[in-house]
Amino acid sequence: MRLRQNHNLNLGTRLTRFLGSMPLAITLLVVLAIASVIGTVLQQNKPYADYEIKFGTFWFEIFRTLGLYDVYSALWFLLILAFLVVSTSICVVRNTPGMLRELRRFREQAQEKSLRLMKHTSSLILNQPPARVEETALQAMQAEGFRVRAHQGKDHRTLAAMKGGANKWGYWLTHIGLVIIFLGGLLDSRLPLMIGEWRGVIQPETRNIPASEVPLESRLQAGNHSFRGSVDIPEGRQANIIFLPVRDGYLVQELPYTVEVKAFRVEHYATGQPKSFESDLVIHDKDLPQPLETTISVNHPLVYKGTAIYQANFGDGGSEISMQLRPLLATYPRMDLTGNVFENYNLKGEDENWRLELTNFRLFNINPVISETGETRQRNMGPSFTFKLRNAAGEAIEYTNYMNPVMLDKRPYFISGVRKSPADPQRFLHIPADSKGSTARFFHFLANLQDNAQLRKAAEQTTRATMAVTALGGNDQVTDTVIDSMVKLTRIFINSGFDGMERDISARFPPEQVQNVTEAFTKVLRAALESVYQLTLEQEGVKTPADSDWQFYDDSLNAISNLPLYGSPWYIQMTGFQQIEASGLQITRSPGMNVVYFGSVMLTIGVFLLFYISHRRVWFYIKPLPDNQTELLLAGSANRHEREFAAYFTRLTGQLRQVLAPNKADGSVTDAATNDDHHNIEHGR
Amino acid sequence: MSVPQHTMQDVFARPGLLQRLNLRDWLWAAVVLAGIAYAFASYHSAMDAYEQSFLLLSAPAVLALGFYWRSSQLYVLAVALLSLFGIWLYGGDYANGESVFGLKYLFSSQSAVMWMSALFFLATAFYFTGLVSGSEFINKTATAITWTALVMGLTGLMVRWYESYLIDPEFGHIPVSNLYEVFILFCVITGLLYLYYENHYRNRSMGGFVLLVISAAVGFLLWYSFARDAHEIRPLVPALKSYWMKIHVPANFIGYGAFALAAMTGTTYLVKQYALAHNPSGLLARRLPSLEMLDEISYKAIALGFAFFTIATILGAMWAAEAWGGYWSWDPKETWALIVWLNYAAWLHLRLTKGWTGTHMAWWSIGGLLITLFAFLGVNMFLSGLHSYGEL
Ligand code: HEM
Repeated sequence: MRLRQNHNLNLGTRLTRFLGSMPLAITLLVVLAIASVIGTVLQQNKPYADYEIKFGTFWFEIFRTLGLYDVYSALWFLLILAFLVVSTSICVVRNTPGMLRELRRFREQAQEKSLRLMKHTSSLILNQPPARVEETALQAMQAEGFRVRAHQGKDHRTLAAMKGGANKWGYWLTHIGLVIIFLGGLLDSRLPLMIGEWRGVIQPETRNIPASEVPLESRLQAGNHSFRGSVDIPEGRQANIIFLPVRDGYLVQELPYTVEVKAFRVEHYATGQPKSFESDLVIHDKDLPQPLETTISVNHPLVYKGTAIYQANFGDGGSEISMQLRPLLATYPRMDLTGNVFENYNLKGEDENWRLELTNFRLFNINPVISETGETRQRNMGPSFTFKLRNAAGEAIEYTNYMNPVMLDKRPYFISGVRKSPADPQRFLHIPADSKGSTARFFHFLANLQDNAQLRKAAEQTTRATMAVTALGGNDQVTDTVIDSMVKLTRIFINSGFDGMERDISARFPPEQVQNVTEAFTKVLRAALESVYQLTLEQEGVKTPADSDWQFYDDSLNAISNLPLYGSPWYIQMTGFQQIEASGLQITRSPGMNVVYFGSVMLTIGVFLLFYISHRRVWFYIKPLPDNQTELLLAGSANRHEREFAAYFTRLTGQLRQVLAPNKADGSVTDAATNDDHHNIEHGR
Repeated sequence: MSVPQHTMQDVFARPGLLQRLNLRDWLWAAVVLAGIAYAFASYHSAMDAYEQSFLLLSAPAVLALGFYWRSSQLYVLAVALLSLFGIWLYGGDYANGESVFGLKYLFSSQSAVMWMSALFFLATAFYFTGLVSGSEFINKTATAITWTALVMGLTGLMVRWYESYLIDPEFGHIPVSNLYEVFILFCVITGLLYLYYENHYRNRSMGGFVLLVISAAVGFLLWYSFARDAHEIRPLVPALKSYWMKIHVPANFIGYGAFALAAMTGTTYLVKQYALAHNPSGLLARRLPSLEMLDEISYKAIALGFAFFTIATILGAMWAAEAWGGYWSWDPKETWALIVWLNYAAWLHLRLTKGWTGTHMAWWSIGGLLITLFAFLGVNMFLSGLHSYGEL
């Protein structure tokens, strides 16, 4: 660094000088920090389709070329990192000779003039022989742990002392530690995979196919020295591969053993929140005399054969679900079905065939609920399962149905969430549960509404009863018209809800009549629906409906009115389940980890040495004066902690004075000069 | 004439640690050791090996702190006594928190934190009043209030620790696991660091500026507590049940606290500089610490923060390795920790080259706090990742 600018230097020297320079280091630190931001702002390694939707094709392509979907593996990012490491290494190499010199040299030959120019100096005229002064100085320095070297000049002797060389060690530990951390990280990096991809021998798989069918160029052998991937294993099953996600695809990594998940458990707190996730594992390996059984949990991995197996997450492993399909359309059959999550089932409908795809099962659904007092509490809504129902055209709707009725406003409902795509919010169908906690009454009522004979019967009963007390009593023609319109309105209502009826009215009547007609029709419809409900109750043996029965009636109508939007010909109720869970394991082999830790320890120690130890030097320039007197010139310097060193230097001067001239009355001490003034300790209270 | 040998030795031989201690130190050490021995004797059977070694290692740590910084002795004692008092008041029944006067109004964790909050606001006002009036008495009062706030804050955390076990032994955990708890920790650590420098440099004039950042944190804490019920004690999610967490988080917050302190000395630096340029004989120009001193405190704080942030990041990596199977995943929180770290590394190197003036460094230290703030809060609010515990 101290070299003069020289244009004749060859390119190599100029380059290393540039690479090891502090301004470059600072620039690189800042650039790396800024580059790192990108990957946190833009979510990394999402499916590429998501990015395309978000940015549009044009920007999607540009960002892809720049590697922004996997910034931390992008070439340009790795280059910045590499630059920083090269720069740090060169910096260490270039600074080391100078620092070694600093550590070895006592500078005992320093000139009087240069000592007088130092930041801390003081000069004493002492009434003591030089040998005694030197002895005292030596003792003072040794007491403080300085190393001392003496020098015999022409007319003087010099003691040069120094302490705190560990500060320089701090520099080496810090910067070499950093390089080591990086090299350790490199050992565990995806660099070999990237090179393999460039050479064309490795090709990530993007299709969703069984692992056994993944072609060779997407498979990595068990001997691979470093990997990090994951696999979901259902209870009772085993796996000897894991998947490494690569951008929008994956690679299959073979394991040197087979992992079996015997059981997976979630333990819960009293509040219902999960307390621990654990898996009972069995490792099958031909190198083992017998299979290794163990339990892992979050934060407690298993280390085996240089790999580590972590409990990363969990999910369904193909639970068995018993279902009852209750028709929402009159023409559909009622049926029972038992199936497994992740399996698909073909359902024969009246007019078209459907495919039922079971996608998930959850034993607990802990949701926040706001209580009357305004507090949010966690409530367990019990088991649910999620499925897609796909029609013949291939369009699917996703449903999440809860097994047990859930209390809302103090009344129980069966809840079914609906959405067309994962991006949509869920909407809910609330089917009221009857007094026995079942859906029986609701479906009985619905069936009666859909059954023309029952509908007519109820309409007739009501109409005749009403007509009898009016002037129209006995007019069959009017009665029939009323009954007909009741049936018709009810049919419209069932097929398209209240909205459908309103649409029908606006289509058939001029706008000025719509309001009156709607009122009239609503009355008629209400009468019809009520009569069917009463008939239903009668068939159940209920003679005088209670308030709760009428509440149930309102809730049923709400549900029925929403049915046309529900999109499914059945309400699929879960009647039983056999949960099978899958344990999500992350399996890694990272030989670089201990290297990184070693570098980290170096870095930590180094940083503390750099900050908290200062390299201090003190010189005693001892010049004999006539009459056995001595002139002592004291000088000192420190490379950090100036304030503390100034205090120390002042104290040292005082101590020397105290020892070498204990009696002030002698008049033996004269302060010649002290340059201390310009860094006096400030006590600016 | 010669001096007897032993005098020389008396003067130069650096007194050993033991000789430098006075009666008060010894008494204090005895109390600390007795306390820890008592804790060990009563609870070692309930602790695992990690916890036992933590407890034992805390003895030399607390002793060293007390010898190095005498004011901390009284602080440690006050917090210990008040925490024990609070625990004693509970008498093993969480419901007492609502009925016993001493808990309801003073030492239940929530009340203690409210006291801390109020006292920090008060101390800020006192420091500024002291700066303007120049009254030594007011300044000393401000320091005393700050100490009291810190006692209440740490006592609150200690009692909260106990409360978590009282609610349900299964819930029990050290209170450094959610945003509410770490904000209290932040206030306490920043306050202690400030008082250390105040004592070391014998200067109280920048207290108001430093307490501004603590008051802002307290403001957030209050909002968070009232609007989001953040003070509720909830059990730990499985990922947080790790020994690494217990040391990772405090180390991190020494870093955050030190960086916040550095930013506030940087602010004071800029204020002083402005005052010197526009009104050299005014109050601020005369009373605020010298530019060199402010610059030096900024440097020391950033160095301290950097050292502890380095440790915290490494511990975080070790924890990640144990919990998720990778010591570095470029998760947003991790990455932002790296950004903060790189930023201060750049700051430190720039200062070494002496290329930039104190003014630039002061601005940069303020910018550094904004980056730190984002790493600490912004990531949880705006970015998704594995560190999901601090959601707002
Ligand atoms: C991520 C990269 C780096 C980190 C974390 C780092 C860290 C540090 C730290 C903490 C200090 C002590 C600063 C102080 O005392 O205030 C320091 C000093 C130093 N660094 Fe770096 N450094 C890095 C890269 C570099 C590079 C690339 C160079 C090459 C130019 C460099 C050259 C120096 C020098 C010359 C010192 C002064 C040593 C002394 O005072 O004896 N550093 N570094």
